[in-house]
Amino acid sequence: IFQFILHSEASSIIMNALRILNNINKASKARFQCGSRFLSSQTSLEQHNNFHYDEQSHNGAFESSPPEPNMTSLQLQSKSSMNLVASIKNTLSHILEHDPSAIVFGQDVAFGGVFRCTTDLQSLYGKDRVFNTPLNETGIVGMAIGYAAPSSGSDGGLAIAEIQFADYIFPAFDQIKNEASMFRYRSGNQWNCGNMIIRMPYGAVGHGGHYHSQSPEAFLTHIPGIVVLIPRGPVMAKGMILSAAKSKDPVIILEPKALYRAKVEDVPDEEYYIPIGKAEVMKKGHDVTVVGWGRQLTILEKACDMAQSEHGISCELIDLRSLSPWDADTVENSVRKTGKLIVSHEAPITCGFGAEVVASIQERCFLSLEAPIKRVCGYDTPFPLVFEKEYLPSEWKNLEAIKHVMDYSK
Amino acid sequence: KMNVAIACYGDGAANQGQIWESANMASLWKLPMIFCIENNHYGMGTSIDRHSSHSDYYKMGNHIPGIRIDGMNVLAVKEGMRFVKEFCGSGNGPMYVEMMTYRYHGHSMSDPGTTYRNREEIALTRSTRDPLEFVKNTMIDAGFAEADEIKSIEKKIRKEVQAETKKAKEFDDVQLKDMLDFVYANSMESRDQEVPDFIRMPDYEKSFWKS
Repeated sequence: IFQFILHSEASSIIMNALRILNNINKASKARFQCGSRFLSSQTSLEQHNNFHYDEQSHNGAFESSPPEPNMTSLQLQSKSSMNLVASIKNTLSHILEHDPSAIVFGQDVAFGGVFRCTTDLQSLYGKDRVFNTPLNETGIVGMAIGYAAPSSGSDGGLAIAEIQFADYIFPAFDQIKNEASMFRYRSGNQWNCGNMIIRMPYGAVGHGGHYHSQSPEAFLTHIPGIVVLIPRGPVMAKGMILSAAKSKDPVIILEPKALYRAKVEDVPDEEYYIPIGKAEVMKKGHDVTVVGWGRQLTILEKACDMAQSEHGISCELIDLRSLSPWDADTVENSVRKTGKLIVSHEAPITCGFGAEVVASIQERCFLSLEAPIKRVCGYDTPFPLVFEKEYLPSEWKNLEAIKHVMDYSK
Repeated sequence: KMNVAIACYGDGAANQGQIWESANMASLWKLPMIFCIENNHYGMGTSIDRHSSHSDYYKMGNHIPGIRIDGMNVLAVKEGMRFVKEFCGSGNGPMYVEMMTYRYHGHSMSDPGTTYRNREEIALTRSTRDPLEFVKNTMIDAGFAEADEIKSIEKKIRKEVQAETKKAKEFDDVQLKDMLDFVYANSMESRDQEVPDFIRMPDYEKSFWKS
């Protein structure tokens, strides 16, 4: 069959040709016939909890966000202790095993990738499904779009692209903004490329310098039509990648590279899903709300502990988890209770994602605020090399901010 | 024999980085892919000699083979593409196809199309290379159709287009809420913060207020 694709961007349909080459069509049709991409024994955090995440519940002025399922109370059979790299690798392996249309590609993924997140995947699933690409971010993202998009005669396959460092996302930005994010909208739902995930390591790592440390989440969250998720550890990573695989929208996952080996958690062996667009209250408190995501939460946990032990300040720590869409309701409910808010991120302060949180919260619950909202972020410079320690929003800078808003509100 | 994918782009886009990137991958992995350059000699308002240092687009693939086809001749296009599809679908990898064509009007409604070329060129192309004229003349010369037959077909088509246009103009206006549809798979119109409280139109009476 002569497939005539009406898009004029060659790079975005190149994977269509590859899919034809691999004869994935049959496999992907089989996937849709069985109804679920994964084993029917899948469990979901939601199933273990009466609370329905689809409902926007306003529990009243002083309630915090809806209760997050307590991982230990769930009847999940077994867990394994592993770091972030292992969690990601196991999740990708799980997806490749159960979704025959899934492919993983990017620079150097074949030997395992620079962070070893894709070790052994090629030997387990074959060169047709796990393969290296040339050094072409535009091509990599374009390929993901073309592979994920259904076309006449075949369903879209699950494309999991890896960008080696988040700093390199910029050549692919046109593909993300003008192709992926608008695919469904511009075709009136006739076409879509929702079956794609872009993973990339982000954030400071101690020695990354200008081009191995950046946090580009603000650029990405400014794009309507895509989902941006940031896991804070191995447990979140697995649930988010599985949610991303199921999502009908293109998903970008920013993985905190500083935690790849450092963060070790007990990850449930079964499938579970972290809901997109829902924040998590990591620690309840009543004096000040502290909001962060990804790696910054390990810093904020320290700051909150210091505030408690040294000053008796009770902090409510919130992990946004999902930046686009983001859970303003949870943050608002918390601020209505505490009256004070701190937002912290590594990215430069001007027009960082913290600015969006601040603008939305002051609009929603201005009269609940007892102090101006403080942002503790990186400075407005390129990410420095020698000055990294001074640049980063450390736990001490955050502690100062917490003390400042407490003093202001007295 | 494999299915083949074709990407069409203009001479203006032919020098875009993303095309070189995809060509590299297509060639590396021998993908069944056709790079089709629709060369109408103008990248909006700039002629090919002024925007491309190399304007033999079918050679642009370097080691990727390419052919040039007279895009105004439907028979040439048909036979040419038959060959290209055969080649690419057999695992030989991609091919570049340059279609020589022309644009009579401006690039868009804002472009009169005459500020960067002269009218004689447009008129000459229209009279000597017009694809529809070619089909008409060929059919009449070969005895496949009478001139009257063709005229009645044209009349029928014109009537059909006018009827469809009339019908389209009578459609209901789109709802403002449709603007928010399909940004995501599950439209977020149900989330309060996504629907603005009002949309102010230049004509105040037409402004939209959330009730």
